[in-house]
Amino acid sequence: MDDPLVIADREFGSRLITGTGGAANLSILERALIASGTELTTVAMRRVDAEGGTGVFDLLRRHGIEALPNTAGCRTAAEAVLTAQLAREALETNWIKLEVVADEDTLLPDPVELLDAAEQLVDQGFVVLAYTNDDPVLALKLEEVGCAAVMPLGSPIGTGLGIRNPHNIEMIVSRASVPIILDAGIGTASDAALAMELGCSAVLLATAVTRAQDPERMAIAMRSAVEGGRLASQAGRIPQRFWAQASSPGKPMG
Amino acid sequence: MNVVINGDAREVAADATLASVLQDFGVAERGVAVAVDGAVVPRASWPDTALRPGATIEVLTAVQGG
Repeated sequence: MDDPLVIADREFGSRLITGTGGAANLSILERALIASGTELTTVAMRRVDAEGGTGVFDLLRRHGIEALPNTAGCRTAAEAVLTAQLAREALETNWIKLEVVADEDTLLPDPVELLDAAEQLVDQGFVVLAYTNDDPVLALKLEEVGCAAVMPLGSPIGTGLGIRNPHNIEMIVSRASVPIILDAGIGTASDAALAMELGCSAVLLATAVTRAQDPERMAIAMRSAVEGGRLASQAGRIPQRFWAQASSPGKPMG
Repeated sequence: MNVVINGDAREVAADATLASVLQDFGVAERGVAVAVDGAVVPRASWPDTALRPGATIEVLTAVQGG
């Protein structure tokens, strides 16, 4: 595998992690997931009689896409830990996308509950991928308590506002020794490319694809953008200059 | 006695086990997990798990999200 994404010793060929929320139906979701090339996709845990359908797990299994359960909807560390334990039991995986949000308006992570939950889950043997604010201090603390990946937001969930503080993302990446995955806020392909150019190891997105007018086409766009951004970050961009610099030498007439 | 399963109260036999209640509820063979009073009960322990009156049972599965 050329240039794999490595999380907790697992290798993935694709650096695009997708969510499954927001799709109008399962067949649209299925086409988008296949087009995206993703190998790892989040699912939520809900009561069996709740709305939202239960066919998603079968769909992922059919296509060999790994299911990454999340703790979406949890407000406290206690809720998130119980949800993770239930996910481990139901899906037979010890991987968890940890999400503890503070309120419905912002859906921003609650840093106190998040760190508490992360510590407990790591102690219980979970591979924790923590959804967090774009806060370089908190990101490092999550790594220190043993998270396998840290996932700062670009902007609040579902806003499509892109990366509001690229400098923070760069700071987080510059001192991380676990993968940094840009999670939340991606609106279009250039946002995903920017995340990779800033040095992120991967991008996690859902709404940008599932609620696009043409989800399948947007999935292809995101796949290309992540690949392009990754290549650009490795290639080493030219420095920015104030004045122009001719790319052709001299003049035609001497 | 009464227990609460996914938010709904139901009447069950006084000697009901978690396994019998879940069978009546119609729980799938795979892909679900159960908590009783806030603690996960592994599938293998369902037949041996007695319920107290008023027990709160949560049955969860994976759905689209995130």
